[in-house]
Formats: sequence, structure tokens, C-alpha cells
Amino acid sequence: MLSAASGAVLAADAAPNPWFDVSWVGDNWSTIMPLVGQHVRLTVVSVVIGALIAFPLALLARRARGLAAAVLGLSTFVYTIPSLAMFAFIAPFTGLSETTVAIGLVLYSLVVLVRNFLAGLQAVPEEVREAARGMGYGAGRMLLRVELPLALPGIMAGLRIATVSTVALVTVGVIVGQGGLGQVIIVNGFGANYYRPPIVFGTLGCVVLALVADQLLAVVERLLTPWTRQGVAA
Amino acid sequence: MNAFSDAFLYLNDPFNWTGPRGILYLAGQHLQIAGLAMLIGLVVALPPAIWLGHRGRGGAFLLGLSNVSRAVPTLAILTIFAVTSIGFTIWAPVIALAVFAVPPVLANTYVGFREVDRDVVEAARAMGMSGRQVVFRAELPLALPLVMTGIRTAAVQVVATATLASLLGNPTLGTVIRSGFGRQDYGIVVAGALLVAALAMATDALLGTLSWAVTPGQKRVPFGRVRSRRAEAAGVATAR
Repeated sequence: MLSAASGAVLAADAAPNPWFDVSWVGDNWSTIMPLVGQHVRLTVVSVVIGALIAFPLALLARRARGLAAAVLGLSTFVYTIPSLAMFAFIAPFTGLSETTVAIGLVLYSLVVLVRNFLAGLQAVPEEVREAARGMGYGAGRMLLRVELPLALPGIMAGLRIATVSTVALVTVGVIVGQGGLGQVIIVNGFGANYYRPPIVFGTLGCVVLALVADQLLAVVERLLTPWTRQGVAA
Repeated sequence: MNAFSDAFLYLNDPFNWTGPRGILYLAGQHLQIAGLAMLIGLVVALPPAIWLGHRGRGGAFLLGLSNVSRAVPTLAILTIFAVTSIGFTIWAPVIALAVFAVPPVLANTYVGFREVDRDVVEAARAMGMSGRQVVFRAELPLALPLVMTGIRTAAVQVVATATLASLLGNPTLGTVIRSGFGRQDYGIVVAGALLVAALAMATDALLGTLSWAVTPGQKRVPFGRVRSRRAEAAGVATAR
């Protein structure tokens, strides 16, 4: 899996080793595309599951101050665990599988998501809540119709940050053999006589994926909050 | 779980600590790489951050920089420096990690200086302080908590990430994790993970205490508030 890096110091003398090689991408299309797919899949799955766990946690944390401290403290603690160590902790239970990587990524995304969701919910002005209550809104309707829309900027900011950092973190999954573009960097590049085109492709691929995902979420945010634009136009 | 008892067996064997390429040697290498990276990061990041914060400019630039840095995988930067002429010395991971230490220090130092009350700065000027004196005698002490937060975040991140240098053959505590995976021995894997997590947390605690000690004014309990770089940046992003 990774042992290739240690045993490949041999014939690096004559072979050409350009920084960028379009033909390499063409020639290896069939091996790298599944890895790109895995990268995207792991990112989407992790952020979606992270959001599904983070939202109820943020709602609970908003109710009770002690719980908020506990949730934030725990998520900060999780964040100090290095990614390599995180996958190492999980691997004994789930083996060298995508599940291992996904669990680690979900735990990291929770750190960002819970904080931002909570901050978003707390940013809803108390007067607005009072007004909604005065109009006879119950807790459920208030959450859906009043608080959620007003918390959207914070929620979306959290999703964007979590997505971008998750894209970068997927690469470390290479330690359990499920690293998406990290696989391209380490196995196809580093392990193959430090061949540069895969390394550069993997790096740029991650950055492009992150930027595209970020912009997509920005578009979603715009579509979900039409009133912010009306305000500007008027 | 079996792996955890195996991990404690591994950690209990003194030979695993003192032997050739044992835990102590690897931890030393780990701290050397992380320490050098932090040193370079601070030398590069602090002067421009202080200057920009003092002048109150460049916020958008710094925000953009810290956002972009989040999208670049550490693993990629580590690998790329190793295949340049820097090669397989200790400097490839040191420079790569220094690159990742810069954004949190920059951002926090900038914000720290920006948030100093303008009235204080005016008062310092009125007392006849020069620009340099304003920076070091008025702004710096007040900005210190945030500056230290940035340094602390960066240091924890660097110590944690130095683990990845093992993937490129640099001996660090990550080497323990890798050798465990190589031998399919999850006990060693967990032992390595525990060691790395312990070192990262020890770094956080040490710098937290330092930050508390150097903060002027009323002392608050250390470790009361821990903030991550992402949360920090998230705060900025939300406020935007």
C-alpha cells in the first residue's frame, strides 16, 4: 500500500519527469477517474452525514448551555486528533475500508458544522422570535419558517468550510488505501519513482474540486435566500 | 477491543521507547520538524501581520489566503516539496508545514491588532509615542491573547500534521502508525495514534499555559476557551 515510497530510490536518473503531462492524464484516465469519483463520494457522504448529525446537536446545544459547552469541548478535542491518527483509531474496527475514512471525516466536519449551525441559530434576533411567538407560531413552525431561514447564512458558511476542508482531508485516507486523489499523489506519483505528473494532478484536482464545491454551495445559498438580493435591488 | 490492549502492551515495552528508531528518537525527530516549521512560520507571518493589522489593511486578502490554504491538501504540499530540488531532507516537511503555520498566525495576529480599541491608539499617540512604540507598547499587549491563539492553533496543527511526513519516509511518530499498518498489527497502529494525539494535546496545553502567563491584565483560567483555526476563520466568514 504505502511501502512503495521506501523502496523506489532506484532508477530515477534518466527517465523524464515533467511537472505536468497532459498525455499522462489521458493514458491513465481509466485508473484515475474511479479515484476522483471516490474522492467526491467520500466528501459528499461525510458532509451530508455530518450535517445530519450536527443539526440536531446544534438545536440541543442551543437549549442547554451546559450541553453546548460539552458539545463544543468534545468537538474541539476531536479536532486536535491528527488525521492520520484518527484513521488509525478507526481502522481496527472497520478495517481498510471507505467506512473508516468516512467516519473520520464526519467527525472532523462536525467540529465546523456544529459551531456554525449553533452560531447561525443564535444569530436570530430575540425580537424576531418574540414577534413570531406573538403571531402564534409554535416551536416547530417557528424553527422551519422563522429561525431556519434567518440562520441560513451561518449554516451555509459552515457547510462550505466543512466541504472545502473535507476535500483536502480525504487525501489522508491513503493510509488505509481509500484516499481518492491522495491515492493518485502517493501511489501513482510518489510510489512510482516520484513521478511528478500524478502528484501535480492530484494536488490541482483537490484544489479544483474544493473550489467547485464551494461555488456550488454559494449558488445554493443564493437560491435559498432570495430576500437578501431583493433587499439589495430595492 | 483487542487492539487497545495490544497498544498498551506495545507502549509498556521499554525497548519500543529506547531502541533504534524507537519512540523517543521518533518523538525527537517529530518535535524537531514541527519546531523548525513553527519558527519559519512565525518569522514569515508575524511581521507582515503586525504591519497590516497596525495599518488596518489587507483583511480581505488575509481572509482569501486562509480560505485557499484550507483547500490545499497538506499531503500534496509535503509531496511536492519532496520532489523538488529540496529532496528528501528534513527541509521538505519543514517548509511544507511552515506553509500551513502561516495562515492561522497571519489571520489571528491581524484580527488581534485590528480589534485594539482605536481610542487606545489615539491616546498612545497623544502621549507622544512613535509608530513603533504604539505597535509594541500599546497594541501588542492588547492583541496578545489573539496572537497567541493563532500561534497555538498553528502549533497544534503543525505537530499533528508532522505525522504525515512519515508517509514520505521522514521519521516521525507517524512512522509508528505506518509500521503498524505495514505489519497489519492494529495494536501498534493504535499505540502510534495515542502517542501523536498525546503530543498534540501536550503542545496545546503548553502553549495555552504560556498564553495565559504572558497575557497582561486579569488572569483567566487557562484552557477555558480553546478555538480552532477553522472555527476562527468560520467566525470571520460568518461575520462577513
